[in-house]
Amino acid sequence: MGMTITEKILAKASGRKRVEPGENIWLNVDVLMTHDVCGPPTIEIWKREFGDKAKIWDKKKLVIFPDHYIFTKNPQANRNVNILREFAKEYDLPNYYDVGTERYKGVCHIALAEEGYNLPGKVLFGTDSHTCTSGAFGMFSTGVGNTDAAFILGTGKIWEKVPESLKFIFEGELPHYLTAKDLILQVLGDITTEGGTYRALEFDGEAIYSMQMDERMTLTNMAIEAGAMNGIIKADEITEKYVRERTNEPYEIFESDPDAKYRAIYKYNVEEIEPLVAKPHSPDNRDTVRNVQGTKLTKCYIGSCTGGKLTDFVNAAKIIFGNKVKVPTFIVPASTYVYNQLEVETINGVSLKQIFEDAGCVIAPSSCAACLGGPADTVGRAQDGEVVISTTNRNFPGRMGSKKSEVYLASPFTVAASAVTGVITDPREFL
Amino acid sequence: MEKIVKGKAFVLGDNIDTDQIIPAEHLVYSLSDPEESKKYGHFALSGVPLKNSGLPDGGIPFIDGDNYQSKYNIIIAGSNFGCGSSREHAPFALQMAGVKVIVAESYARIFYRNCVDGGFAIPYETPIKLNDKIKTNDELEIDLNSNTLKNLTTGEIYKLNPLGDILPIIEAGNIFEYARMNNMI
Ligand code: SF4
Repeated sequence: MGMTITEKILAKASGRKRVEPGENIWLNVDVLMTHDVCGPPTIEIWKREFGDKAKIWDKKKLVIFPDHYIFTKNPQANRNVNILREFAKEYDLPNYYDVGTERYKGVCHIALAEEGYNLPGKVLFGTDSHTCTSGAFGMFSTGVGNTDAAFILGTGKIWEKVPESLKFIFEGELPHYLTAKDLILQVLGDITTEGGTYRALEFDGEAIYSMQMDERMTLTNMAIEAGAMNGIIKADEITEKYVRERTNEPYEIFESDPDAKYRAIYKYNVEEIEPLVAKPHSPDNRDTVRNVQGTKLTKCYIGSCTGGKLTDFVNAAKIIFGNKVKVPTFIVPASTYVYNQLEVETINGVSLKQIFEDAGCVIAPSSCAACLGGPADTVGRAQDGEVVISTTNRNFPGRMGSKKSEVYLASPFTVAASAVTGVITDPREFL
Repeated sequence: MEKIVKGKAFVLGDNIDTDQIIPAEHLVYSLSDPEESKKYGHFALSGVPLKNSGLPDGGIPFIDGDNYQSKYNIIIAGSNFGCGSSREHAPFALQMAGVKVIVAESYARIFYRNCVDGGFAIPYETPIKLNDKIKTNDELEIDLNSNTLKNLTTGEIYKLNPLGDILPIIEAGNIFEYARMNNMI
């Protein structure tokens, strides 16, 4: 019996020839990532548990990005960033990307990709549920809590239960009005927010391999919205090119055997999928944009590790170009690289930045911002009674701020079309 | 480790995510400062819309007034408890509020791991849904030896799924104790 790509990577990381779903195994970790919300408690647990002997297992493998609550006056949030800063100084950490400096990168999952930490065949753990994003590079990546992260910090090891795999094959040519976001909302509606619990979601098919890394990351990013342990896409030439432009570190490409065992295989023809939304208050509450067309909005939001990548803004700008937005619209780039590229990337000779500014959008510095609500002074935070459409990944009650707000999730095309009209709008009207 | 846990039930629905267990705006407090960390208990389950808080009737806050401890120490929930973000502040908040055992039909992976590896609460799974059979304020008794839950208010007894592979970590207290006992660290 063959193995899936996830099983092969886990077998290698546990020093075995093969592993079976359901087995608990100990893994050697290649990269540990943390950020300002979970980093400080992780460090605290590590110090408490390892005491005077506390030693970082491998400084080169620890990567820290302040990104969540960084542009706020909230004193406790600022204290968290200070703790990271002191820790990086005390241990002379090579991979700390401090806010307020040239090194500041923005949202961790996108920064990991941009800085060359995502490598095919490797095992990456992070103190953030969307750590599964890195699976777009043909690697195993998943989120853990502070205790597990502290354990890894001291030992470089952690236990994990080998997941069963679900395979999603997307055939056909992606229509010009669809994005990876529509595809993952399709999947979530089909398998629900618990359909992936303790499972791997493997994405395959020509529509997937036609996508650049930005779009692939949107798929794996939202694997956790199905409760999945990881999302994964086999590395190909597009992956290798992206990686080689950023690092010389070695990597190894794995792929699923033809006779690998899956719990279920789902096949889609992308040409039959239409623009989708997730209605309040769950990412699996799928509907077509057509069915909710005309819903009055108070705010539009384009940002986060899911929907704030360069491709997302290029897509949004195609629709916003030459228009004015009818409701407050927030542009929050996922990384400083994306932020800077807004001035470089152009449509008909006009920079994306100019397009958004001319339309009346608010452009904010890169960070998690209102994707997870955040302190009261967070840019774009949802207030009581608001109806928001957003390119982010979660719309649980209160996720973007007030519990009394309603959030629709959709592709950058759909959010941009809705921003221009002030009501939920099918992007095909503009494309 | 206590083998019998007695207490009052607090009943919740399906898909209680970590933003409902501890809303993101509160994640800034210290987890180790004895005074400041009480805030996590105070805000535990404060993100649950009131009509879904304390089923079947709802409208029951988990924490009264300025307290940081709840009079409920057993959570009864449906499927996919603890979904959403990886924040360990969530099981910590429940522990701070006095929760000892959570009984749910199923859990999100990261929350489940956090409960076990951090030693915050015992996460039992059930073969059938119990959140439509048990009412908030019912007096319960959970027996860890026999993996059963007895509803002292109604006299009904339910089977819980054995803890299996994670039992040694729960018995050790947390993953660090477990690793020490097994000479891993
Ligand atoms: S952008 Fe949103 S989903 Fe992504 S890491 Fe930040 S808070 Fe999490």
